[in-house]
Amino acid sequence: MLELKKPAVAGTLESSDIQISMAPNPGKGIEIELDSVVKMQFGDSILATVRRLLEEFEIAEARISLNDKGAIDAVIAARMQTVICRAAEIGYNWAKEDPHAR
Amino acid sequence: MPGKKLKRTSLYASGASVVNMLQAVFYNQDCIVYDLEDSVPLDGKDAARFLISNVLRRHRPEDKHIQIRVNGIYSIYFEEDLEAAVRARPDALRVPKVETAEEVRTISRKVAAIERKAGIEEGSIKLWCTLESHIGVLNAKSIAEADPRVEALILGAEDFTASMRARRTKEGPEIFYARNAMLMACRAAGVDAIDALFPDVNDVEGLKEDAKKSKTLGFDGKTAIHPRQVDIINDAFTPTQKEINYAIRVLDAIEEGKRQNKGAVSLDGSMIDKPIVIRAQTVMALAKAAGIKIGGDYYER
Repeated sequence: MLELKKPAVAGTLESSDIQISMAPNPGKGIEIELDSVVKMQFGDSILATVRRLLEEFEIAEARISLNDKGAIDAVIAARMQTVICRAAEIGYNWAKEDPHAR
Repeated sequence: MPGKKLKRTSLYASGASVVNMLQAVFYNQDCIVYDLEDSVPLDGKDAARFLISNVLRRHRPEDKHIQIRVNGIYSIYFEEDLEAAVRARPDALRVPKVETAEEVRTISRKVAAIERKAGIEEGSIKLWCTLESHIGVLNAKSIAEADPRVEALILGAEDFTASMRARRTKEGPEIFYARNAMLMACRAAGVDAIDALFPDVNDVEGLKEDAKKSKTLGFDGKTAIHPRQVDIINDAFTPTQKEINYAIRVLDAIEEGKRQNKGAVSLDGSMIDKPIVIRAQTVMALAKAAGIKIGGDYYER
């Protein structure tokens, strides 16, 4: 499991972006708060992407606040990767999807 | 020049701006340069790498030449920029502030190592090297010939003039030698030459003049810093109807000369020599790449 070390933020409040705040949440699991201009249509899809990234990084405890301004999936994934690396104070392993990566 | 792909315009899309990146596909530029360098603040390099990587992997524009500008080879960001950028599989990496052939070879070795690990065909990701100092310009030929990955050299006029202690002007006498020196190096090495940008986005007439100058000197394209510059630069680098008509007449005259077994061929009273034929073929190749319909078999001649 990956442990978050500090609160962190990624993304902006500009159109087509999403601002994600993430903080450690010891003993309380995953808590997600979503504010989106397209919550009715895409809320589930946004949350699915967020949960996919949490699983990818093996994060079990985090408090997450999403302020979405209409971001597409690729942008949400990018902002999640950024905020996770910042909050966990880790570098990203770019080679992890390489064919011979372990 | 058969099969030439147009590289008339390169437009930056900042890795610091989602809107900038998503809108970049809607303009008429031939090359999109996703930027990790100057347009990205120092505390946003990590975010920009993730953004460019995700957007390019899932929404790669099919009809553009895709480049990623990394930070300079001596910056603390360079190594991770390469790790991210190569795996995003751009057509080329745009490398700023290149000064020596050895730097190019070092970069190429690093790119090759990542290509091998990532299962990308080795050598497939090209290098566009920006020359931004008097040293870079003096070494232009060895840089252009340093490695098969080098596909183009770009003149970075702002930093170049600073390195020369010169004053940057719209007319550009201070970069006249650098433009020509770099061009000759590119022609000797068989790589493309991309001219310096025109910094005043509000001066349309100035840009037209500058682009015309670039084309006259022999450049293959120019970098734009604002979408409104794109069509103006494209126009300058696309053959005019007059140029196409003349090229057709040259190629017709050559064809006719061959039919009549003539050793020397003339048009309008002037001898058509080899350089004139090459120019006509270049005009045709550019017209074809720009999608201009001509008919006949002129594109094949």
